[in-house]
Amino acid sequence: MTEDFEPQILAFTCNWCSYAGADLAGGSRIQYPTNIRIIRLMCSGRVDSLFILEAFRHGADGVLVTGCHLGDCHYVTGNMFTEFRVNLTKQALETVGLEPERLRLEWISASEGEKFARVVKEMVDGIRKIGKNPLRS
Amino acid sequence: MIKPRVGVYVCHCGTNIAGVVNVEDVTKYVEKLPNVVTAKHYVYMCSQPGQVLIKNDIKELNLNRIIVASCSPRMHEPTYQTALEEAGINPFFFEMANIREHVSWAHINEPERATEKAKDLIRMAIARACLLEPISKMEVNVTEKALVLGAGVAGITAAYDLAQMGFEVYLVEKESHVGGHLALLNQLSRSRDASEILTSLTQKLSTPKIKLLNNSEVVEFTGYVGNFKAKIVQKPRYVNAKCDLCGKCEDVCPINLPNRLNFGLNQRKAIHLPLPNSYPPIYVVDKENCNGCGNCLKICENGAINLNDKPLEIDVDVGMVIVTTGFEPYKPDGEFGYGKYKDVITQLTLERILSKNGPSKGELVTPSNGKSPKNIAFIMCVGSRQESCDNQTIKPINAYCSRYCCSSTLKNALLIKQNSPESNVYVIYRDIRTFERGNEELYRSCRASGITFIRFKQDVPPTVEKTSNNQLTVNVKDYLFKVNMEINVDLVVLVEGMVSRNDTDDVRFKFSITRSEDGFFQEAHAKMNPLNTFAEGIFIGGACQGPKDVEDTVLQASGAAAKAAIFLCRGKVVLDLVTATVDEERCTGCAKCVNVCPYKAIELDETKELVQVIEVKCKGCGSCSSTCPIGAVQVRHYRDKQILAMVENILPS
Repeated sequence: MTEDFEPQILAFTCNWCSYAGADLAGGSRIQYPTNIRIIRLMCSGRVDSLFILEAFRHGADGVLVTGCHLGDCHYVTGNMFTEFRVNLTKQALETVGLEPERLRLEWISASEGEKFARVVKEMVDGIRKIGKNPLRS
Repeated sequence: MIKPRVGVYVCHCGTNIAGVVNVEDVTKYVEKLPNVVTAKHYVYMCSQPGQVLIKNDIKELNLNRIIVASCSPRMHEPTYQTALEEAGINPFFFEMANIREHVSWAHINEPERATEKAKDLIRMAIARACLLEPISKMEVNVTEKALVLGAGVAGITAAYDLAQMGFEVYLVEKESHVGGHLALLNQLSRSRDASEILTSLTQKLSTPKIKLLNNSEVVEFTGYVGNFKAKIVQKPRYVNAKCDLCGKCEDVCPINLPNRLNFGLNQRKAIHLPLPNSYPPIYVVDKENCNGCGNCLKICENGAINLNDKPLEIDVDVGMVIVTTGFEPYKPDGEFGYGKYKDVITQLTLERILSKNGPSKGELVTPSNGKSPKNIAFIMCVGSRQESCDNQTIKPINAYCSRYCCSSTLKNALLIKQNSPESNVYVIYRDIRTFERGNEELYRSCRASGITFIRFKQDVPPTVEKTSNNQLTVNVKDYLFKVNMEINVDLVVLVEGMVSRNDTDDVRFKFSITRSEDGFFQEAHAKMNPLNTFAEGIFIGGACQGPKDVEDTVLQASGAAAKAAIFLCRGKVVLDLVTATVDEERCTGCAKCVNVCPYKAIELDETKELVQVIEVKCKGCGSCSSTCPIGAVQVRHYRDKQILAMVENILPS
C-alpha cells in the first residue's frame, strides 16, 4: 500500500558520533529528504523504549535511533544496551500492531556524513511504502 | 516553578540559513507559540551585537528561557551559554535548534519544506526549554601532574614543555629506548642529522621533573578530568644504571638474533644496546630469547646485570594526559615484489642502511649481496593515497596523503646522487607535494642534480620483477611521455606511508578517546580544537593524530602541552553537574542501573536499599536512566519529561 503523504520521522542521535555525522552531512552539503527531526541526547544509551513508543503515539511515522559504532561508544558500553532495548521495542511494536520496520537502529560515526544522509533517504522511502502511522491524526 | 518566559532568536548566518529558510516566516510562526515572549531574527546571532540583543532582552523582558535557532550546538552552544551567564541567568536555561547543518545546508533546493522543518525544530526546542532546570557547578581540584604516553618526538617535547612549566610528568614508553621512529632515521629533509636531533631531545629528559618509564605500559586507567589514576607496569630491563656500556656482555652472549630495529639486516645478541645512541644508555636483556647461561653476569665488572629482576607496578595520580603514541610505517603486503625480492626495501630500511649507526655503518649496500647499487629506483605513495582497492593489495584503503614522504624521498635520492654521482637514481612518483618551507627548493635541487623523475598514473602502477638473468627490473608507463619504460635496477625503495598503530584500539578503549575513519586518533574539532579529544583532560599530539613530519609533530606536541597546562596551572576544574540523580522516594534498590554504568558511578547502598550516584564519576550518558524500570534515576538536563516534551511536539498541533 502506498499513500501520498510526507512521512514524519523522529531521530534520536548521540552527541558524539551520529549527531556529529549529521552535522558533517550538512557541512558537506550532502542533500537528503527534509522529513527527519533530530533529538540530540548525550548517548544512544539514553534512548528509553518509552521515548520510542511515545513518538509513535504522537504521530511519528518512523523512529530512527543512531549511535556510535559498537566498541566505539563515547561512554564505552552505552550503545550495547541501546541495541538490546531497540530490539525489545520492535517486538512491542509488533504486539500493538505497528510494523517493526518503522523503527530502525543505525551506527553512524562522526565521519559518516554520507551514511547519515543515505540512512535517512532509505528510511523515508521505506516508510513511504509502509504508509502513514495509523495513530497520526 | 516560575512561569517560563521564552525568547527565540533566529539566525540568518549571513545567507547560510536565510538563503534557504524564510527566517521572517519562521519568526512569525514561533512568536505565537505558548510561553514565547519575544521572537527575533538577526544576521549573525553569534556576533557581539547578536549576543547583546539576547542579554538586553533577558534584562528588559525578564526572559528566563532562551532559544537560538542557528548552527550546530557543537559549534556555538558554549558561546550562548556564556551570554546567558553574563546576563545573570543559569546557562542551562538554553536550547539550540540546529537549522543550519540539519536544515539549510542539507535541504538547499527545498526552501519551503526547509522552512517548515525549521519551525518544527524550534517548536520542539521551546517545549523542552520550558521544562529545563538550572544546573549547578562543582569545582574539583586538579592533580598537578601529567602522564605522557609514548616517548617519541611528540612525547619528549610535550613532557619537556610541561616540566619547564614546573609540572611533574610521567613519560611512559613501551620500548626500552626512547625516540620512536626518529631514532631509526639517518637524516631529516634539508640535511639535518637525525641523531643530532635525537640527542638534543634526549638531553631534555635529564630534568628531574620528568620520570621516564621505559619498557612500560599503562594497564589500568580510571578517574575523571583532573583526577586520573593510572596503573603502570614496568617490565624489567635486567640491567641497571651501573652499566658503563663496555659491551663485554654482548661479546660473550651466545644468542644471535635478527636485529628488529635494523629490519633483520644484521644480528644482535640477547643482551644488547638497542641502538648505539640509545637513551637511556643502558644495555637490555631480551628475556624471551635469553637462555640464562649467565656469561654476561660473570663478565660484568660493575655487577649491573640481574636476570631475576621482576616487573614493577607503579600507581600514579595525574591531572592531565597527553597521548603521543605515534604511528607505524605501512608494511607493503607483497606489492612491488616486497617480501619476494631481497633488494626491494622500504624507505625506513634505507634510512637504517644509510645511517652511520646502521647495519652497514652508513654505506649504501644492497641487502642481497652487500654490493653498492648503481641503479636505484624509488617508488612513491606506497600505502598512501589509495583511491580504490587495486589488485595488488587487499589491505584497508589509506586514502590520505602521508605528508612526510615526498620531501623524505627527495632528500634520500639527492643524498645518494651526491654521494655517488655516477649512480642512476629514479624517482617514480604520482605527484610531488613538497609543501613545507625549503622543500620546494629541495625539489628543484633534485631536478637539477640528474635524478630521473618518472610520473605514473595510479591506475597503471609500476611493476617490479626479476628477468630470467636474475636482473631486478621496474616496468613503468611514463604518464607524461606516454612511453613504457623498462629499467634495470639494483635496489628498489618503496616509500611507505604512515598508518595508525596496531595498538590504537587498546589505547582508545583505555582512555575513552575515538578514532577517525583513517584509523588515527580523532581530534575534538579539526580546525578549532585539534589537540583536544572528546574526553576531557586527554590531549593528543604528533603522528597518533595523523601523518606528520618532525616539525609538525613538535608544534603539535608543544600545543598539547600548553593545553594541558591550562588546567594544571589553574589547579581546579569546574564541572557542570549534568549527572544522574536518584529519586530516593521511588528507588527500590533493584540496582539494574548499577550494572549498566560504565564508570561505576552508581553504587547500591544495601542497608538503605537504594542506589547512590557518585557525581564526580558520572559522565551523564543516561544509560542508568533508560534502564530504570520506574524512572527513579534521571539525568539532569536530560530528564524523561524534558525529552518527551520534544517527542510530543514532533507534529504541529
